[in-house]
Amino acid sequence: MIEYLPGLFRGVIVTIKLGFSFFIFGFVVGNIIAIGQVYGNKFISLFCAGFAWVFRSLPALVILYLWYFGFNLSPFLAAVLALGLRTAAYQSQFFRGAIQSIARGQMTAARSLGMSKLRAVVKIIMPQMLRLSLPYISNEYAITIKDTSLAFAIGVVEILKEGRLIITVLHNPMDIFMIIAVIYLIITRGGTYLLSLLEKHYRIPGFEISN
Amino acid sequence: MELITYWISILPELGNGVINTLIMTFLAVSMSAVLAVILAMGRMYGPRIISTLCKWYIEFFRGTPLLAQLFIIYYGLPSWGLNFSSFTSAVLAFGLNSGAYVAEYLRGAVQSIDKGQMTAGLAMGMTKFTAIRKIILPQALRFVIPPWSNDVIYTLKYTSIAFLVGAQELMSKAKIIASFNFRFIDTFVFVAIIYLILVLLLTLFFNWLERKLKIPGFEIKN
Repeated sequence: MIEYLPGLFRGVIVTIKLGFSFFIFGFVVGNIIAIGQVYGNKFISLFCAGFAWVFRSLPALVILYLWYFGFNLSPFLAAVLALGLRTAAYQSQFFRGAIQSIARGQMTAARSLGMSKLRAVVKIIMPQMLRLSLPYISNEYAITIKDTSLAFAIGVVEILKEGRLIITVLHNPMDIFMIIAVIYLIITRGGTYLLSLLEKHYRIPGFEISN
Repeated sequence: MELITYWISILPELGNGVINTLIMTFLAVSMSAVLAVILAMGRMYGPRIISTLCKWYIEFFRGTPLLAQLFIIYYGLPSWGLNFSSFTSAVLAFGLNSGAYVAEYLRGAVQSIDKGQMTAGLAMGMTKFTAIRKIILPQALRFVIPPWSNDVIYTLKYTSIAFLVGAQELMSKAKIIASFNFRFIDTFVFVAIIYLILVLLLTLFFNWLERKLKIPGFEIKN
């Protein structure tokens, strides 16, 4: 069985690559959507809200198929776009919630100090918003890592697929699946632990969300 | 226009899939609800060993992908002599998985209830079990409706992966129809619309349920 472990390891690398691509893509797009939804004009705001609603309501697999069959992309790229947009929609809603929990007066104060709207968002709102949304982000990180397994459906050879390939040779499904489960647990748990350290590091005492 | 006629022509077949999707969701959600109460109560009020077991269960099911769990049940368990059909495997996987999530929501809800209520219940001569059943659960179950309804919608969306082990539901029907007519985009756009409608209907239902069961003055304070 040892000789098959490099295969699993290759799968782990693909899974991690996929997971990080989704997550970063979703983080950037999620921020843009959230800011657009809160500070954009009526049209932009409505568009962002609609985007978030649609991509949160659709099954990941349906989005995946639409990209994959609709645009003839490579499986990896289709997976990144599809699952990246899905997590972007979810992340945008955490960010939006965090922005809306920041006192409105701060924006007014920044504007009255002569900052442009964009500058106020970048310098005043975002540093607080990102801190406030960290707990949700770490939850979403675990979800994105787990969702990488769906890329299996369009033929990306990630850890689950590598596992299935090994099983067809060795006929020991339970052993392989348990190893895979443990690997997933390590990736998700390890990541959320690191993010919790980040949360502690960036906490500003007295500025936590009050319950 | 041609697209609309195509959609109408595939509707009966997809409708069968929708029914299977809804049945699968309903069974999984019912299973998850019962399991969640047992897990959450076991974790919080059970003796040490049961509490630890419940915690491990929850960690395992929340830390690994649903698809891996589905594969374990469908492809893995037969090697231990447990054979399930693809439909049953899917219901089991979704139920066991969602149970772990809902158990954590329920635990959060219970912890938001004043500890004094349990003490008061015990002081009135109730057993722990009666106090949980009569005092804690009726409140906790109300508090848990919003996160629980999210989880039901999650489950509905995730039933789409059941076709990867060959269960018959909306997604598998769509895949067959799409390959048969060679119209992937047209078919999956329609499937997307159907899912959106299902999610919208569920959301409306849960908003109604939440309003209906609300006890004025006992909402969770923000």
